[in-house]
Amino acid sequence: MKKVKVATVWLDGCSGCHMSLLDIDAAVIALAGKIDIVYGPLVDAQEFPEGVDVTLVEGAVSSLEDAHRIDLIRQRTNILIALGDCAVTGNVPAMRNKVPVAKLLQRVYVEGADTGKVIPTDGVPALNRHARPLQEFVKVDIHVPGCPPPAKAILGLLGDLLEGRKPAANPKVKFG
Amino acid sequence: MPQKKISIRIDGELVTALEGQTILQAAQEAGKAIPTLCYLEGLSPAGACRICMVEVAGTERLLPACTTPVQEGLAVTTVSARLTQYRRMTVELLLIERNHVCSVCVSNGHCELQAMATSLGITNTRYWYDFPTLPVDMTHERFVLDHNRCILCTRCVRACAELEGANVWDVGGRGIHTRVTSDLAQPWGESPTCTSCGKCVQACPTGALAEKGAAVEEMTKRTDRLTRLAGSKRAQP
Repeated sequence: MKKVKVATVWLDGCSGCHMSLLDIDAAVIALAGKIDIVYGPLVDAQEFPEGVDVTLVEGAVSSLEDAHRIDLIRQRTNILIALGDCAVTGNVPAMRNKVPVAKLLQRVYVEGADTGKVIPTDGVPALNRHARPLQEFVKVDIHVPGCPPPAKAILGLLGDLLEGRKPAANPKVKFG
Repeated sequence: MPQKKISIRIDGELVTALEGQTILQAAQEAGKAIPTLCYLEGLSPAGACRICMVEVAGTERLLPACTTPVQEGLAVTTVSARLTQYRRMTVELLLIERNHVCSVCVSNGHCELQAMATSLGITNTRYWYDFPTLPVDMTHERFVLDHNRCILCTRCVRACAELEGANVWDVGGRGIHTRVTSDLAQPWGESPTCTSCGKCVQACPTGALAEKGAAVEEMTKRTDRLTRLAGSKRAQP
């Protein structure tokens, strides 16, 4: 059987959702027989490949770069999953939305720093005015809220998708 | 004088109700659960949240079960695709209207709004988040008012007025600018009428009113005590 191509993406989030994915523990061995992780922070690929079956996206869209990435990911993905509250609601990254970007950066990198009081610009994308959830940029096929979503919910969802079932509503999944 | 008994139908089932009861009370006595948010047993009903909307035969409009009195021959539907659709939309609108960041909320895991979203199967909102800039009133010695979590259910207003008799809380402003206010929109800590009894905190379904010092997930509410208190107040001559 051809392996299902799965990608994972880390936008503006804390990587906790990826940790939750890894928390499926021993189940990862059985899963590895059925899927290829073709892109993500856990593998080496530099460019998001074409023809990905399932992409799990952690994090909110916070910069123009994030917005370009999620557009490309949407074009190259069959089933796009918003994984966790940041991707679904904006969550903690969006708590900065009430502060104008220039003021925010000044507060954190200048007023809040003891040394090296410089707002970083090299190699980091400029922040958008708001951090916002994925669905405001692209069509999201499945939302999995949670901070982070429980490992069992992620495993259950992947299991459903691999066996061609319509993903079951998971009573364990909640915001927060 | 004993209340007159009347017959109504709830989801097709014939139920005996008492004149003067609301649809919600009659349904609860018949063992039928209608979801509610702004309703708290023991406080007067407000009809503020629109979660308990039901279908009533003979009218196209949905009616709130918590404020609509029963009438002889009333036929009520409490579960339908249409009702679920509207209840979901209502909760989603509550979620986008303020900054309910569940993951960092004192009431995470004990919140009636969060539980309602889960029970309605809401995994995302169909509307864009508003991300408003809202104040947090920390001026009270023991309690916090966080407007980011407030759903304007007015349970605090009613608990303060009806159980404590202090009338600290009210609702000010209109539309999207509506806020609960203490006294004449003063900082809570400067309120000359607040007795610091904490009933408003216990009545609040979300993390909008909380005890100071509670960290994420630490704030649990005892609404049952308010209901019991209201019951014993009513029993007094």
